[in-house]
Amino acid sequence: MSATATRPATDPATDPAATGTAAAEPRPSLLSSAVRSPAARKLAALVVIAAVLIPLAHAKWASGSWPHALTVDVSGPLGDASDWILDNRDSHWIFLYFFGHISNVIIIGVRAVYVALLALGWAGVTAGLTLIAWRVAGVRIAVTTLVSFAICGLLGMWVPTMQTLALMVIAVTASVVIGGLLGLAGGLSEWAFRVLRPVLDTMQVLPAFAYLLPVVMIFGNGVPGAVLATVIYAAPPMARLTALGLRGADAGVLEAVTSLGATWRQRLLSARLPLARKELLLGINQTIMMALSMAVIASVIGGGGLGDRVYQALSSVDVGKALAAGLPIVLLAVVMDRTIGSAGERLGTPPAEGGHRLLRGWPAWAGVAVVTAVITVVGRLTGSQTWPTGWTVAIEEPVNQFKEWMVDHLYTGVPVVGGTADWAADYVKWILDPLREGLQGLPWYAVLLIVAALAWLIGTWATALTATAAMAAIGVLGVWEPSMDTLSQVLAAVFVTLVLGFAIGIWAARSTRLERMMRPVLDMFQTMPQFVYLIPVVALFGVGRAPAAAAAIVYALPAVIRITTQGIRNVDPAALESARSLGATQGQQLRQVQLPLARPALLLAVNQGVVLVLAVVVIGGLVGSGALGYDVLFGLAQGDLATGLVAGTAIVCLGLMLDRVTQPTSRRDRKGA
Amino acid sequence: MARTRIQLLTAAAGIAAVFTATGCGAADMTKQSSPYANVGGAKSVTLSVQSWVGAQSNVAVAQYLLEHELGYRVDTVQVDEIPAWDALSQGRVDAILEDWGHPEQEQRYVKDKKLIVPGGGLGVTGHIGWWVPKYFADKHPDVLNWKNLNKYAKTFKTAESGGKGQLLDGSPSYVTNDKALVKNLKLNYQIVFSGSEAAQITQIKQFAKGKKPFLTYWYEPQWLFNQVPMVEVKLPKYTDECANEGTKDPESVDCAYPTTPLQKYLNADFAKQGGKASAFLKKFHWTKQSQNEVSELIASKGMSAQDAAKKWVEAHPDVWKKWMP
Repeated sequence: MSATATRPATDPATDPAATGTAAAEPRPSLLSSAVRSPAARKLAALVVIAAVLIPLAHAKWASGSWPHALTVDVSGPLGDASDWILDNRDSHWIFLYFFGHISNVIIIGVRAVYVALLALGWAGVTAGLTLIAWRVAGVRIAVTTLVSFAICGLLGMWVPTMQTLALMVIAVTASVVIGGLLGLAGGLSEWAFRVLRPVLDTMQVLPAFAYLLPVVMIFGNGVPGAVLATVIYAAPPMARLTALGLRGADAGVLEAVTSLGATWRQRLLSARLPLARKELLLGINQTIMMALSMAVIASVIGGGGLGDRVYQALSSVDVGKALAAGLPIVLLAVVMDRTIGSAGERLGTPPAEGGHRLLRGWPAWAGVAVVTAVITVVGRLTGSQTWPTGWTVAIEEPVNQFKEWMVDHLYTGVPVVGGTADWAADYVKWILDPLREGLQGLPWYAVLLIVAALAWLIGTWATALTATAAMAAIGVLGVWEPSMDTLSQVLAAVFVTLVLGFAIGIWAARSTRLERMMRPVLDMFQTMPQFVYLIPVVALFGVGRAPAAAAAIVYALPAVIRITTQGIRNVDPAALESARSLGATQGQQLRQVQLPLARPALLLAVNQGVVLVLAVVVIGGLVGSGALGYDVLFGLAQGDLATGLVAGTAIVCLGLMLDRVTQPTSRRDRKGA
Repeated sequence: MARTRIQLLTAAAGIAAVFTATGCGAADMTKQSSPYANVGGAKSVTLSVQSWVGAQSNVAVAQYLLEHELGYRVDTVQVDEIPAWDALSQGRVDAILEDWGHPEQEQRYVKDKKLIVPGGGLGVTGHIGWWVPKYFADKHPDVLNWKNLNKYAKTFKTAESGGKGQLLDGSPSYVTNDKALVKNLKLNYQIVFSGSEAAQITQIKQFAKGKKPFLTYWYEPQWLFNQVPMVEVKLPKYTDECANEGTKDPESVDCAYPTTPLQKYLNADFAKQGGKASAFLKKFHWTKQSQNEVSELIASKGMSAQDAAKKWVEAHPDVWKKWMP
């Protein structure tokens, strides 16, 4: 609660609250006084405001739910807008001379990469990428690359993998360029930085499904829409990290460069950018990861490739086939993550001494090109350009059998613990239903007041204002009821995620072996497209809000576990040592030293849990969670801009509100890094 | 500075190249084929697949014949119905093989803009309705009339239906009047949207495994009937009058769903210049039994769509020989 008060704001210039007076106050550093005075003062102020406003509001609109008089119906204008787009798309100049060209450039780009990949053939692509990985990241990662591409071929997914790769190359390039330029502006100009932050926040919180529809209307179904949707989602981390890198450049070095008489441009190119290259590389890496996670979502609007295979497999309820298409996505993510990560680690260190001169610098790159060309030709001589059809392994059957077995044995009647169907029913009956009824039953002004109080206690008055305004916007848009429903689902899923995540995280922090064993599993859950486990969760938990919660928990758990483990591991060893010497037991050490000291990390875990669970709300709509998630899907499927966009905006508002009430202002700067 | 000039020239050349490549000047938004189409000089056709398995079967058989008999390369994209119309008008897909009736889109794209042309009937008739499993209807035959549904509301209750009976609905992309029906027929039911057909099928199979009672929005032709036999619940008779009122005010609907002969639609340019492929797709015409045969191979026997199509094509040359241009 008082985390803000105990730690000074990191950088007043980057803190949105710094514009207000609250942040300018000197903050007491003692925990006790922090709890006593500012919190009490804030609450007292709120009570006064509430005492004045609530009777007024109650007298005017005496209803529990958001009063109808305070809503704005946007379906008319949005409907007109979508009709206008459809009617003018093939005649108006803005499409003919602007959007149309963007579309065409994307199509030509993706096509060029795809044709090149097909021309290299399976042998050329595999050899080329393996050699590049070896050059920039070493032997181990080269082997990983080789094996991964072989698996993509063996699973019979060569062509879709190449389609996804072509789409990714263009989408990532565009994201890196756009994100990099935005980051450059943000890194060099204070004003641009301040304008950019809320924009980037919105881009990341906005559920992809909400902007798929406008993107589709303007750019049309298929690849251009898919690429643009991916760019919207994947460019923010690049922009954030570029800005972070540029702003963090060592002042001493810059001073030295300036004193040497360097021009502004020379300073940027020769000092600031090179100094920021680790952040830039990390930004590229994050962008690739986020772009890949969009691959499946983009398939909903006809992006093709692996995502489309996952999506098609699911419509025939074939988990095995979906997994066969999902695994290559995971493998692509792993290969790119490890390659770039390792390249980043090598950046700072001087090249290893010894080794032949020819293995370094441009001769090595020429070598890579020559060897790739030779292997391509050899591959062509053997015949097939795409993966040879005989060399495939069918994993569909065993996977489906395993799923059936699991469902048969776990659904009901497991002794003592009960089956998954019983869990689902209990979860709905004892957690979700009371929570939803409670939230929907609360008068709307009470909800606003609670939000304001929570946000103010953890942050500044500006935080509280943002959170309350976000909540009020939901009411104004006329989706109060479904939003409360969604909120109840998110809160319940976050609760379960945190309980499990903290428990497993603490356990993993104590056992290095467990942590090492869990690492690949966590990797897989984080990168596997969520669509793949939609069918198993329905088979286990039935249709409704319970399977949606299960999907959200599976998705959010890895991040919570990781942050918890890290946080507890990083607790100052001296503090722990002194506790041990005083004879504290394991439990006491945990409760009285590790957990309190790891509190910033735990709070971050809470925040990430909330953000990630919220990100799966729309996916939950696919398995019957109803409420906002379903509305977004409905808008997309029916081409109904009003329903989809309003529900999407409501999700953004919920996200904004939840972020503000869970994240102390002082730490918000690090997000996205 | 020479270097700057070279850079500028390169940039200008690049921009010029892009504009030349994109057709210089105005971009034609009605001619935007998929980047994966026609790669390597192959003639190719892009077909849209909808999320239900029946639509996959049409596409699988058409794809097999186009590839093996006519020498085309076929790309398939899965898109929801309304976005598929949009894609069809832009030439991103060449054909929709199974349309369940979208009057608004027909008006806009077929009649007004003439970007899409009808491709004739598919030969299959579609019907939407409410269904209960046969094992339940056999024991309680009176459930088959909507007037008795309220009596069974308690039986169809689930954790999600909040004390009322559960009416399981499907994907948000499907045509449905169920909200209006439940309200206007004064039924004590809660609609639970499963959000996707896959989720709905999984749930129905799960119910059937435990021989549990359920009431669901469903449609035929559908392969699932072969695995989970279901019987339709009679709703108030469908009349044109009720349908017309429903078009005006969707909340007034109080009668059953119509029976729709499913239609094919082609992109107008493709219909004219698509050669043998478009001639073939116009002639493509089969029966509910044939479609279900392929669907079941795909969805429950775990066959790939291509293998299922191959099996059907080999077994029924008499049917498809007639479609050849």
